[in-house]
Amino acid sequence: MTGSHSNSSPDDAQAGTGSHAVGGAVTGPADGSTVRGSAVPTAEHDHMTDSQPITTGGTGPGCSKRDPIVIAKNVTRSFGGINAVDVEHLEIPRHKITALIGPNGAGKTTLFNLLTGFDTPNSGDWEFDGKPLAKVASHKVARMGMVRTFQLTKVMGKLTVMENMRLGATDQPGESLARALFKGIWGGREREITEQAEVLLAKFKLDAKRDDYAASLSGGQRKLLEMARALMVRPRLVMLDEPMAGVNPALTQSLLDHIKNLKAEGMTVLFVEHDMHMVRHIADWVVVMAEGKVVAEGPPDIVMKDQAVIDAYLGAHHDVDLGDSTGIERLEEELAHDEESVVGTENEGILGHGVTEVGGGAYAAGSAHKDEETK
Amino acid sequence: MDFGNILVNAFGELISPTTAAYALAALGLAVHFGYSGLLNFGQAGFMAVGAYGYAISTLSFNAPLPVAVLVALLASVVFAIVLGIPTLRLRADYLAIVTIAAAEIIRYIVTTNGLTDITGSANGLAAFEGGFFDLNPFPPGTYNIGPLGMNERDFWIRIVGWTVVVLACLVVWLLMRSPWGRVLKGIREDENAVRSLGKNVYAYKMQALVIGGVLGSLAGIIFTLPRGAVQPANYATELTFFLYTCLLLGGMATVLGPVIGAMIFWVVLSLTQGLLYGAIEVGAITFLSNSQAGQLRYILVGVALMLLMVFRPQGVLGNKKELAFA
Repeated sequence: MTGSHSNSSPDDAQAGTGSHAVGGAVTGPADGSTVRGSAVPTAEHDHMTDSQPITTGGTGPGCSKRDPIVIAKNVTRSFGGINAVDVEHLEIPRHKITALIGPNGAGKTTLFNLLTGFDTPNSGDWEFDGKPLAKVASHKVARMGMVRTFQLTKVMGKLTVMENMRLGATDQPGESLARALFKGIWGGREREITEQAEVLLAKFKLDAKRDDYAASLSGGQRKLLEMARALMVRPRLVMLDEPMAGVNPALTQSLLDHIKNLKAEGMTVLFVEHDMHMVRHIADWVVVMAEGKVVAEGPPDIVMKDQAVIDAYLGAHHDVDLGDSTGIERLEEELAHDEESVVGTENEGILGHGVTEVGGGAYAAGSAHKDEETK
Repeated sequence: MDFGNILVNAFGELISPTTAAYALAALGLAVHFGYSGLLNFGQAGFMAVGAYGYAISTLSFNAPLPVAVLVALLASVVFAIVLGIPTLRLRADYLAIVTIAAAEIIRYIVTTNGLTDITGSANGLAAFEGGFFDLNPFPPGTYNIGPLGMNERDFWIRIVGWTVVVLACLVVWLLMRSPWGRVLKGIREDENAVRSLGKNVYAYKMQALVIGGVLGSLAGIIFTLPRGAVQPANYATELTFFLYTCLLLGGMATVLGPVIGAMIFWVVLSLTQGLLYGAIEVGAITFLSNSQAGQLRYILVGVALMLLMVFRPQGVLGNKKELAFA
């Protein structure tokens, strides 16, 4: 097992990464690659430890990837004179976790909508796994293995959690009107689907909720359900629109693990997220959008230091944790040295004082406590 | 006031062919609105298409009964598709506007004087029910259902009407427990989510519109057969609203709800009529004439509906839990 993957040349790896997702869409049609990889058990190992370069040439906006799953060219969409999306060239690397970041209104969600057929671009072509996708209806895009979730979570409230999951399944003959009347035809597949759903629900810790209405779930649980439901389609590319929005910190950790696991199972992940910790944690590749254009891309640690990204999105002091009092002090200190900042001048307003007061108060309380102890 | 007679009359309404027709048409609305979220305000139009399709093919083309029924059903399928093509890609409200208009268009077309030869204009058509009653296997005589006596014709239409209702309920139940029905319910909740899971939402909505429309068309046939006449005035917009009343009374996303709802609707109408006329007769109510009392009945049905919506908003058979998140 280890031998096969360490010996493989880049070419082999590319061919082998076709559509043999573990338990995934084995039905995926040939995708341009001539030789199919056969070593399914190694796939999991491969995708997690694969350290070959993602790009073929240099790194920069629109750079080409060694093994892209999505290639978009000149995709534009304007709303009343405003170019919401104007992407010259973008490739999404296969079997990697790609983060799409950028300020509000940068066109991230619009790009999602365009790629998945939920919106029609003014111009442009894009392909998924070698097949052109322009003007393909959204449900067909999903059937090809490119499944998305929504920024505003969409669950079917008056269906149970289990029914929501079953709805995601593919190849259910009972979904055609002619065969729906006869349970004998679809009952067997329904049992398979239910088993598949139960495994996923257990993974996402929703198994206790299986017979509850989806509308009774909390916001975070709905996010989990939506993601689990998308996985019922057995996609090759999962597109998550702000998977962490509104999810509590404890759940965030398990969601992160879930997303990493998707990669281990041979899926490609593209997600929009504003939580930079998450992006740093799990993304293999980061694409930065601003005003509809791709302004930077690269590995997370490099992109986050990119001056253009800092200016457009992160802000100069994005490393500072404002929730922490020492963080604020450090920021103040930094700002005091910054000539453009108001801190340290007579215009500083509450910026400097507010913190000092809180700090002083805390100190006073602390010293009082100490006094009591010494008595 | 003869309470026994009032109760017998109410029982008569319970099993009348008109109630069966209302139950069928409301079941069609349950498929449209209750299960798929399609706001069809033109069910009266579907009923008219069924009734006129049957009557015209019988009278103008001498079609035998099975052919006439088939023509009526096909006409409603075409009507559904014509309505669906422009509207099903749009939001639910557009379908409501288009269907209510389409039902009126149907009614105005059959009322047109230029088509008197075919549709009979405002007088409508009559004497097309012969083929149906020729099939009656029951010999002439009196038949009793419970306390109610009737002739062989009334007995036959009731048997046929309620058999069709039972079969339609069975088919709808089978469909709605299937994965096909699950996709429909998903569409009712959020069609973009269903689309993102790879289902062709448009095709499912069209299928649902056609199935509900066919049920409406069957209802139209059963509605006109015992009358032996079809008149445009019977298929006005208020018919659709009565059907929605039945649907809401019984429970929207249920199979038996529309049937129960139609029964409640007609029994309440009959009981209030009996009681009001009785009270006027014995002089207990002096400020109402009989015709005013007739109108008051519908007011009372409205009050009953309001009370139901306040105290049991899910309808008689509906699931309270589903409403908790509405």
